[in-house]
Amino acid sequence: MVDSDTGRDRDSTAGALSPDDRYRTLSGIPVDRVYGDGPLPGEFPYTRGVHADMYRSRLWTMRMFAGFGTATDTNARFRELLTAGGTGLSTAFDMPTLMGRDSDHDWALGEVGRAGVAVDTVEDMVDLYAGIDLGTVSTSMTINGPAPILLAMYVVVAEESGVAREHLGGTLQNDILKEYQAQKEYVFPPRPSVRLVTDVMAFTAAEMPRWNPVSISGYHIREAGSTAAQELAFTLANGFAYVEAAVAAGMDVDDFAPRLSFFFNSHNDFFEEVGKFRAARRIWAHWMRDRYGATDERSLKLRFHTQTAGVSLTAQQPEVNIARVAIQALAGVLGGTQSLHTDSYDEALALPSEDAVRVALRTQQVIAHETGVANTADPLGGSAYVEWMTDEMERRAEEVFAHLEDLGGGSLLEGVYAGIDSGWFAGEIADAAYRYEREVNAGERIVVGVNAFTEGDNPERRRLLRIGQDTEDLQLKRLATVRQDRDDAAVAATLARVASAAAQPTVNLMPALLEAVRARATVGEVVDTLEAEFGTYVERAVV
Amino acid sequence: MDGTPLRVVLAKLGLDGHDRGLKVVARMLRDGGMEVVYLGLRQTTDSIIDAVEQEDADVVGISMLNAGHLTLGPRMVEALAAVGLDVPVVIGGIVPDEDLPAMAAAGVAGVLGPGASADEVVACVQAAADTRS
Repeated sequence: MVDSDTGRDRDSTAGALSPDDRYRTLSGIPVDRVYGDGPLPGEFPYTRGVHADMYRSRLWTMRMFAGFGTATDTNARFRELLTAGGTGLSTAFDMPTLMGRDSDHDWALGEVGRAGVAVDTVEDMVDLYAGIDLGTVSTSMTINGPAPILLAMYVVVAEESGVAREHLGGTLQNDILKEYQAQKEYVFPPRPSVRLVTDVMAFTAAEMPRWNPVSISGYHIREAGSTAAQELAFTLANGFAYVEAAVAAGMDVDDFAPRLSFFFNSHNDFFEEVGKFRAARRIWAHWMRDRYGATDERSLKLRFHTQTAGVSLTAQQPEVNIARVAIQALAGVLGGTQSLHTDSYDEALALPSEDAVRVALRTQQVIAHETGVANTADPLGGSAYVEWMTDEMERRAEEVFAHLEDLGGGSLLEGVYAGIDSGWFAGEIADAAYRYEREVNAGERIVVGVNAFTEGDNPERRRLLRIGQDTEDLQLKRLATVRQDRDDAAVAATLARVASAAAQPTVNLMPALLEAVRARATVGEVVDTLEAEFGTYVERAVV
Repeated sequence: MDGTPLRVVLAKLGLDGHDRGLKVVARMLRDGGMEVVYLGLRQTTDSIIDAVEQEDADVVGISMLNAGHLTLGPRMVEALAAVGLDVPVVIGGIVPDEDLPAMAAAGVAGVLGPGASADEVVACVQAAADTRS
């Protein structure tokens, strides 16, 4: 077993470069921790990485996104992943939960537990993380519109099991801006939604020092069809928008910025992806220091999670996806990611099967432990092409920032709001998606197994994970039981406090949300309460 | 065909917000000479039926990437039949091959999966329209 933590000081300067006997090539040649001239990894503007030693000091976290069926089903998958060597949890919620609707809502019919795990009340969260020590594992929760409610549930589950909130480590996606631009899982309009985001930022800064309150996500923007440069630009613009919103809410930039994290896609064009990741770090460092006045070094360091490109996976000859995922994962690692999810090869067909998930995790383990790429920091740094691509990504992103600044009259936050309201982001993404489809259709781009090399597809071999109607029936019973066993008067009282807090923009909603979920209010009840105050967002349907 | 372009109502039925595929299909159909009425996200069978009646649509296309097709597909077909509309339904999204017989049995006129080309999309919708009695 390879020790992933050498105990070295991650932020030590790169002055003394001495070969370390533990780091040798397969043939036995000693390898230095970094090559080339400064600025080195760990040095501003962190183009080459946020840590001096990068993966020598700590490997990336192998964090596999999982969620399906009931909480009990997903709990079993979590335990299997931890047993198989996964080093963090990542929770996928089903569509009704993501949209803040209970499993017994009309809209939930046919969607309960299908594309993620169904969570209605804190009791589901208890089962979801049963037998897992929340004081030691780090947990990511992919949820946005109702994110503060799910965070409150996680805190309550931990506290009821004896783990104090300050010991909880993990990440809440809680990135609502990209929902309006790309993923479309919003509930309330943008402005009150951003208030919810800053409420979470203030709450975790004060009470959960190990928690990342927002994972500013380009992943979904890219999946929706954007280019790499658009993914980079829109994501960082959203990041700047949250910084401006939090500062406007009265927070000091260095109080929250060290805990902002990012989430990028890793697609097929290898060097474009590596350039994108490197440019992201450089842009963030410059903007945070020069424009937003951050002085804490941690505020300047862009840390990110990577997921391989689900949209690149093909339903045809799905085994070929294993190769795609490996190459995309390698780009993430050579781009300096802090954590990584590798997609399963059967994801263009259905939710990933357990066997396919294991292959995906093993792919990361091969990269980490067999290829030697983790032995030296930023091994691609100094390549003329990679450096040029990094510069080009930065240049293209800066063009977008200038456009948004114009739209917002000097404010990125207002520029992002304007771009959402006018459908500019969605239009840019749809244009890029259609351009790509036309190129594939015209044969200008080869997709192996789809428009070339199509022989050898064998649908009979596929074993898919199916979520049956029994999941929905079971979840409806669980929800009915919780509703029956709880104190309805107490729930009503806590929901009244949520309504009251929502009506006062300067009050942080988190304490009221914690009370409500502790009383076993459902996700849907809390969302309905907030919706009564905040309203509902309906996008302009543009093609 | 009698020379007038087909009118196709496109919608996301249910909560799923993945609209990349549906938007691409909308443009493919337009480029293929059809008229597209794009309803967008979070539509219900009722809102889709309203649009079909108002727009006198020939085909309904619904998209889902959340494994809800076995529930929502037949529901759309039944809802149209219940109000006496003879309008075929095409489903786009992640529909495993083994579900195709169930989709056909439920009266779904066509299924479009990942990687469908523009020609396949147009042909599928045209074929669905041709099934109208």
